[in-house]
Amino acid sequence: MNTVTRAHLAETIYAQVGLSRNESADLLETVLERMSSALESGESVKISGFGTFSVRQKGRRIGRNPKTGEEVPILPRRVLVFRPSHVLKARVNGNAAVADDDE
Amino acid sequence: MTKSELTADLAAANPHLTARDVELIVATVFDEITAALARGERVELRGFGAFTVKHRNARTGRNPRTGEAVPVEEKVVPFFKAGKELRERVNRGRPARSPA
Repeated sequence: MNTVTRAHLAETIYAQVGLSRNESADLLETVLERMSSALESGESVKISGFGTFSVRQKGRRIGRNPKTGEEVPILPRRVLVFRPSHVLKARVNGNAAVADDDE
Repeated sequence: MTKSELTADLAAANPHLTARDVELIVATVFDEITAALARGERVELRGFGAFTVKHRNARTGRNPRTGEAVPVEEKVVPFFKAGKELRERVNRGRPARSPA
Protein backbone atom coordinates (compact mmCIF):
# COMPACT_ATOMS: atom_id res chain seq x y z
CA MET A 1 0.00 0.00 0.00
CA ASN A 2 1.24 3.48 -0.83
CA THR A 3 2.09 5.80 2.00
CA VAL A 4 1.81 9.56 1.70
CA THR A 5 4.45 11.41 3.72
CA ARG A 6 5.45 14.96 4.60
CA ALA A 7 7.44 15.10 1.37
CA HIS A 8 4.31 14.41 -0.72
CA LEU A 9 2.26 17.00 1.13
CA ALA A 10 5.02 19.58 0.84
CA GLU A 11 5.31 18.83 -2.88
CA THR A 12 1.57 19.40 -3.30
CA ILE A 13 1.79 22.75 -1.52
CA TYR A 14 4.72 23.60 -3.79
CA ALA A 15 2.71 22.70 -6.89
CA GLN A 16 -0.50 24.43 -5.72
CA VAL A 17 0.81 27.64 -4.24
CA GLY A 18 4.02 28.30 -6.12
CA LEU A 19 6.30 28.87 -3.14
CA SER A 20 9.75 27.32 -2.99
CA ARG A 21 10.02 23.65 -2.01
CA ASN A 22 11.81 24.65 1.16
CA GLU A 23 9.21 27.14 2.20
CA SER A 24 6.41 24.70 1.36
CA ALA A 25 7.98 22.13 3.68
CA ASP A 26 8.41 24.74 6.42
CA LEU A 27 4.79 25.85 6.17
CA LEU A 28 3.55 22.27 6.42
CA GLU A 29 5.69 21.89 9.52
CA THR A 30 4.21 25.06 10.98
CA VAL A 31 0.67 23.80 10.40
CA LEU A 32 1.42 20.51 12.20
CA GLU A 33 3.27 22.29 15.00
CA ARG A 34 0.42 24.77 15.63
CA MET A 35 -2.05 21.90 15.80
CA SER A 36 0.26 19.94 18.11
CA SER A 37 0.79 22.80 20.50
CA ALA A 38 -2.96 23.50 20.71
CA LEU A 39 -3.53 19.84 21.55
CA GLU A 40 -0.68 19.88 24.03
CA SER A 41 -2.42 22.70 25.88
CA GLY A 42 -5.55 20.56 26.00
CA GLU A 43 -7.39 22.51 23.32
CA SER A 44 -9.42 20.72 20.61
CA VAL A 45 -8.58 21.32 16.97
CA LYS A 46 -11.63 21.46 14.69
CA ILE A 47 -11.01 21.32 10.99
CA SER A 48 -14.31 21.76 9.20
CA GLY A 49 -14.83 19.23 6.42
CA PHE A 50 -12.11 17.02 7.90
CA GLY A 51 -12.62 16.25 11.57
CA THR A 52 -11.93 17.14 15.18
CA PHE A 53 -8.87 16.26 17.21
CA SER A 54 -9.53 16.38 20.92
CA VAL A 55 -7.83 15.46 24.15
CA ARG A 56 -9.57 13.04 26.47
CA GLN A 57 -8.70 12.47 30.11
CA LYS A 58 -8.51 8.82 31.10
CA GLY A 59 -8.78 7.69 34.69
CA ARG A 60 -6.60 5.22 36.53
CA ARG A 61 -7.41 1.56 35.91
CA ILE A 62 -5.92 -1.82 36.51
CA GLY A 63 -4.39 -3.35 33.42
CA ARG A 64 -2.87 -6.75 33.00
CA ASN A 65 0.31 -7.86 31.34
CA PRO A 66 -1.18 -10.21 28.72
CA LYS A 67 1.91 -12.42 28.77
CA THR A 68 2.32 -12.93 32.51
CA GLY A 69 -1.22 -12.17 33.70
CA GLU A 70 0.31 -9.80 36.21
CA GLU A 71 -1.74 -6.80 37.28
CA VAL A 72 -0.23 -3.41 36.46
CA PRO A 73 -1.78 -0.07 37.33
CA ILE A 74 -2.42 2.16 34.32
CA LEU A 75 -2.03 5.71 35.54
CA PRO A 76 -4.41 8.53 34.65
CA ARG A 77 -3.36 9.99 31.31
CA ARG A 78 -4.47 12.22 28.50
CA VAL A 79 -5.01 10.72 25.08
CA LEU A 80 -5.67 12.18 21.67
CA VAL A 81 -8.80 11.17 19.81
CA PHE A 82 -9.78 12.01 16.24
CA ARG A 83 -13.41 12.16 15.14
CA PRO A 84 -13.71 12.27 11.37
CA SER A 85 -16.32 14.61 9.94
CA HIS A 86 -19.24 13.31 7.87
CA VAL A 87 -17.59 14.81 4.83
CA LEU A 88 -14.37 12.85 5.36
CA LYS A 89 -16.26 9.62 6.08
CA ALA A 90 -18.22 10.05 2.87
CA ARG A 91 -15.12 10.87 0.83
CA VAL A 92 -13.21 7.77 1.92
CA ASN A 93 -16.23 5.72 0.86
CA GLY A 94 -16.08 7.28 -2.58
CA ASN A 95 -19.09 9.46 -2.00
CA ALA A 96 -18.15 13.01 -2.94
CA ALA A 97 -21.67 14.36 -3.38
CA VAL A 98 -22.53 14.51 0.27
CA ALA A 99 -24.05 17.51 1.99
CA ASP A 100 -21.37 19.69 3.57
CA ASP A 101 -22.90 19.50 7.03
CA ASP A 102 -20.26 19.45 9.71
CA GLU A 103 -21.02 19.30 13.35
CA MET B 1 -8.69 25.94 17.59
CA THR B 2 -10.62 25.93 14.33
CA LYS B 3 -9.43 25.80 10.75
CA SER B 4 -9.89 29.56 10.45
CA GLU B 5 -7.88 30.18 13.64
CA LEU B 6 -5.15 27.91 12.33
CA THR B 7 -5.18 29.89 9.08
CA ALA B 8 -5.03 33.22 10.94
CA ASP B 9 -2.14 31.90 13.04
CA LEU B 10 -0.22 30.83 9.96
CA ALA B 11 -0.90 34.18 8.27
CA ALA B 12 0.35 36.10 11.30
CA ALA B 13 3.57 34.07 11.34
CA ASN B 14 4.08 34.62 7.59
CA PRO B 15 3.27 38.27 6.81
CA HIS B 16 4.83 37.99 3.35
CA LEU B 17 2.11 35.57 2.20
CA THR B 18 -1.28 36.66 0.92
CA ALA B 19 -4.42 35.57 2.80
CA ARG B 20 -5.39 33.59 -0.28
CA ASP B 21 -2.10 31.67 -0.27
CA VAL B 22 -2.37 30.84 3.42
CA GLU B 23 -5.92 29.56 2.98
CA LEU B 24 -4.81 27.52 -0.01
CA ILE B 25 -1.93 26.00 1.99
CA VAL B 26 -4.17 24.92 4.87
CA ALA B 27 -6.84 23.60 2.50
CA THR B 28 -4.22 21.71 0.48
CA VAL B 29 -2.92 19.87 3.54
CA PHE B 30 -6.33 18.51 4.53
CA ASP B 31 -7.51 17.96 0.95
CA GLU B 32 -4.42 15.89 0.18
CA ILE B 33 -4.82 13.76 3.29
CA THR B 34 -8.47 13.24 2.35
CA ALA B 35 -7.60 12.34 -1.25
CA ALA B 36 -4.96 9.83 -0.14
CA LEU B 37 -7.42 8.15 2.24
CA ALA B 38 -10.04 8.09 -0.51
CA ARG B 39 -7.49 6.18 -2.66
CA GLY B 40 -7.12 3.74 0.21
CA GLU B 41 -3.62 4.99 0.98
CA ARG B 42 -2.09 5.73 4.31
CA VAL B 43 -0.70 9.12 5.38
CA GLU B 44 2.18 8.99 7.81
CA LEU B 45 3.52 12.16 9.39
CA ARG B 46 6.31 11.18 11.76
CA GLY B 47 6.02 12.77 15.18
CA PHE B 48 2.44 13.84 14.45
CA GLY B 49 0.59 10.67 13.56
CA ALA B 50 -0.76 8.43 10.86
CA PHE B 51 -4.08 8.52 9.03
CA THR B 52 -5.38 5.22 7.72
CA VAL B 53 -8.68 3.72 6.70
CA LYS B 54 -10.15 0.71 8.42
CA HIS B 55 -12.51 -1.71 6.81
CA ARG B 56 -15.86 -2.44 8.45
CA ASN B 57 -17.85 -5.50 7.41
CA ALA B 58 -21.52 -5.31 6.56
CA ARG B 59 -23.70 -5.92 9.60
CA THR B 60 -27.28 -5.75 10.72
CA GLY B 61 -27.82 -2.61 12.70
CA ARG B 62 -30.85 -1.53 14.59
CA ASN B 63 -32.79 1.68 14.60
CA PRO B 64 -32.35 2.62 18.24
CA ARG B 65 -35.71 4.36 18.34
CA THR B 66 -37.91 1.69 16.79
CA GLY B 67 -35.75 -1.40 17.38
CA GLU B 68 -36.18 -2.23 13.72
CA ALA B 69 -33.33 -4.18 12.05
CA VAL B 70 -31.60 -2.25 9.26
CA PRO B 71 -28.82 -3.58 7.03
CA VAL B 72 -25.56 -1.60 7.28
CA GLU B 73 -23.38 -1.97 4.20
CA GLU B 74 -19.67 -2.65 4.40
CA LYS B 75 -17.65 0.54 4.49
CA VAL B 76 -14.32 2.05 5.36
CA VAL B 77 -13.81 4.53 8.17
CA PRO B 78 -10.98 7.04 8.56
CA PHE B 79 -8.70 6.44 11.53
CA PHE B 80 -5.95 8.52 13.13
CA LYS B 81 -3.27 7.21 15.42
CA ALA B 82 -1.19 9.83 17.18
CA GLY B 83 2.57 9.56 16.73
CA LYS B 84 4.88 8.94 19.65
CA GLU B 85 6.03 12.53 20.02
CA LEU B 86 2.53 14.04 19.88
CA ARG B 87 1.14 11.34 22.16
CA GLU B 88 3.76 12.18 24.76
CA ARG B 89 3.25 15.92 24.39
CA VAL B 90 -0.51 15.58 24.86
CA ASN B 91 -0.09 13.35 27.88
CA ARG B 92 2.46 15.61 29.50
CA GLY B 93 0.35 18.64 28.74
CA ARG B 94 1.29 22.24 29.00
CA PRO B 95 -0.80 25.25 29.97
CA ALA B 96 -2.24 27.18 27.05
CA ARG B 97 0.19 29.58 25.44
CA SER B 98 -0.82 33.16 25.29
CA PRO B 99 -1.62 33.87 21.63
CA ALA B 100 1.51 34.96 19.75
